[in-house]
Amino acid sequence: MGGPGSEDRLTVPSATLLGQSVLSGVFIGALYGLLGLGLSLSWGMLRQVNLTHFALAFLGGYLTFQLAAVAKVDPFVSLAVTVPLFFGLGVALHGFFTRFKVTLLNTLLVTFGLTSIIEAGIQWYWTADFQRMESAYAQVRWKIGPLYLSLPDVITLGLALALCFGTWAVLRFTDLGKAIRAMTEDAPIAAAFGVDEKRLGYLVSGVAGAFAAVAGVCLALDHTLAPVQIYAWMGVVFAAVMMGGLGRPLGPLVAGIVIGVSEALTMAVTAPTWAPLVSFSLLIAILLFRPSRF
Amino acid sequence: MKAGLGIFAVALLALPYVGLPAFYESFSYLLLSAIVLATSWNILSGYSGYFSFGHGAFFGVGVYTTAGLAGKLDWPFLWTLPLAALAAAVLGVALGAVVFRVRALRGELFALLTLAITFVLATIALNTVDGGPGIQFMVDTPKLTPTASGFLYLLMLAAAALTLWIAYAIYHSRFGTGLLAIHDDEDVAEVMGVPTYRFKLAAFAISCALAGLAGGIHAVFVSYVTVAETFSIALAVNVVLMAALGGTRHWLGPAVGAVAITVLLYAFTSGQAAVLGRALTGLILIVVIVAMPEGILGQLLKRFRKKEPVRKPPVESARPAMKAKTGTILEVRGASKAFKGVQALAGVDLDVRGGEILGLVGPNGSGKSTLINVVSGHYTADSGSIRFEGAELIGVAAHRIARAGIARTYQIPRPFPQLTVLQNIALPPMFGQVAMDRAAAEREAWRWLEFTGLEAKAHRFPPDLNLHERKFLELARALASRPKLLFLDEVLSGLTPVEMDGALRLIRAIREQGATIVFVEHVMRAVMELTDRIVVLTYGKAIAAGQPAEVMRHPDVVSAYLGTAHV
Repeated sequence: MGGPGSEDRLTVPSATLLGQSVLSGVFIGALYGLLGLGLSLSWGMLRQVNLTHFALAFLGGYLTFQLAAVAKVDPFVSLAVTVPLFFGLGVALHGFFTRFKVTLLNTLLVTFGLTSIIEAGIQWYWTADFQRMESAYAQVRWKIGPLYLSLPDVITLGLALALCFGTWAVLRFTDLGKAIRAMTEDAPIAAAFGVDEKRLGYLVSGVAGAFAAVAGVCLALDHTLAPVQIYAWMGVVFAAVMMGGLGRPLGPLVAGIVIGVSEALTMAVTAPTWAPLVSFSLLIAILLFRPSRF
Repeated sequence: MKAGLGIFAVALLALPYVGLPAFYESFSYLLLSAIVLATSWNILSGYSGYFSFGHGAFFGVGVYTTAGLAGKLDWPFLWTLPLAALAAAVLGVALGAVVFRVRALRGELFALLTLAITFVLATIALNTVDGGPGIQFMVDTPKLTPTASGFLYLLMLAAAALTLWIAYAIYHSRFGTGLLAIHDDEDVAEVMGVPTYRFKLAAFAISCALAGLAGGIHAVFVSYVTVAETFSIALAVNVVLMAALGGTRHWLGPAVGAVAITVLLYAFTSGQAAVLGRALTGLILIVVIVAMPEGILGQLLKRFRKKEPVRKPPVESARPAMKAKTGTILEVRGASKAFKGVQALAGVDLDVRGGEILGLVGPNGSGKSTLINVVSGHYTADSGSIRFEGAELIGVAAHRIARAGIARTYQIPRPFPQLTVLQNIALPPMFGQVAMDRAAAEREAWRWLEFTGLEAKAHRFPPDLNLHERKFLELARALASRPKLLFLDEVLSGLTPVEMDGALRLIRAIREQGATIVFVEHVMRAVMELTDRIVVLTYGKAIAAGQPAEVMRHPDVVSAYLGTAHV
């Protein structure tokens, strides 16, 4: 990021820089959407605010990194390990919340504690230094007109679109989706009509975990990994989830891309260090002008 | 006890002068700053239940205010401290003014936004005051102590004493009771007269100001501040952990937790051990939240609390019954309210006359409860007018309506579960027409405990009561505010016939006290026996009004209840 326009004061960027900014905003926004998808599902449908999602995504990223570095495993092959593993972790987490009847606010606190533990574990094993995965994918770049595209970016966008639209379609068109929506609306009534809401809860939580694994691969492909970064992603992704609407699979993606593009343009016009302010300002604006959304 | 505290205070003050190794001074300093942070966090988050993950950010604002003013602009250090507190409070109020207006998703939204504010303020500090490399500075501290750090220790000691005193004073005041009620059930608190929005903002401002003050002192203590070290999530988590571990429902709880966690973390300060320390705090947080929701102090108090004897209230001559105003006191004209297309109220006209018991009946879904919610200010009517003693109520905040003298009960009782029965009943008088202090309100509450026969349960908590007792608690709570107009929403449902007779006697006695009553009920025997007049609602409209016996024979009313005859 950066480029010639990133001086300390406002600059008018060139059309090329602007175009490149919008493009990179779309790609980073897709990752926001991908990370937000799992959060939005567990928040909207299970009434759990799951901060562990970020720690899991990073853990997935580190596992992918490790498998690639030690055993030369292709990042997408490593999904065969991380997806089932994280599905299981998601199920276990839901089991814990159900067993101890943890309230919505307390899920936030408990998952914060869990995040600290995972973060400490990552730092203990992989150190606090930045790690970057070397992969063949990152070498593939295209030039379209004056703009650059890289394969990891395109893969991230593709995965985000596929998972968000896939989830949307399942919820909308299948019996399973209908049952999940009924459970979201009123679990006891849904149960009375024969919906096994307990099993659906485990399924949703497991799927959210699996989504974290997929997001982890994208993180490893396209970003540097460091334990402290776990927290840096929270604010912006939660902004996307809240702006997109809880439990709506396409919401975080759309909101994520809006945030991503706004951030990229902010960076092009001012300094990159101002970017963290963008998502927060958008969220506050929505709170001020459309409070009924919440 | 008093003497012990005195000796302890003298020992704390003397610490910088006895020439202990510097370690003890700085460790005590860290203990005190943890106490300030955890206790100040608790003033908003523990009392009212709005958990903030941004306490580190407000602390950071204080750090950077002092670092900027004293370090870069060479202000005298002590002058920067009030500004550090002020800057943090202003930012807190600005954030609170936005978030506290949103009704749904309150707690989680607040927690996440405060989490985000840490990064936002870090960004602003980095781009403005700091500029990147951090700020290194030295200030001259007054030569009151042998060492400079000794003086900072004394300052933090003063800050800790101030913070604990404020937490104690709030806890025992009307303000604190209001905050605890917000924690338990914010909607009910508002309807009972607690100005919830203002209280939350004020608590947040105080909480942030104290964190900012601690930050200002800390800036000088470290004398080199960087954004990464200052605005850390770890600090915010530790503060939450300290308060939760010690106990958030007591003013002293966070201080207990602060000492425990600081001592514990001290063992894990260097290198790899710090990582272990972070994992350990995470683990303790989970265990505390799941297994020890009341915290150390809460548990201890529960175990050692002597059974408080049931104190009889000081015998008080009953206040002369108020003379109910005659004539129309509540005038509803064309009140409408729609929820996403469902027209719950479709232009209701209704008069309530002073001193009467008005029965409000109608089939399920006819709009009775919505009408109560609209009059009490929980919902705002879409159109029409509602005038109480001549003043318009639509658009007026619920707590102001309560203060004007309107009270209600809930069909399904909604007591504050973590306040005792006595505290539950003492709340409305504190926020009613005459804002009583806590002691006076509790004396008043004893009267109504006696009136409803709940004296033996005064120090129990509502979840220990059976349904019949909870209904009576609901009544006592509504009465304690001495309302001019009282809405009773199906107080009889679920009671046995014997309990029902008791309740009817109670309601008559309420009227003798001078209150006007609107009685919403499905039990027709009670309606016919008790009411002077009835109004029938169907589909959000009043279709008939008059003497009970006449109205119930009205053809429209018969068809509303039983359907039309097709013979």
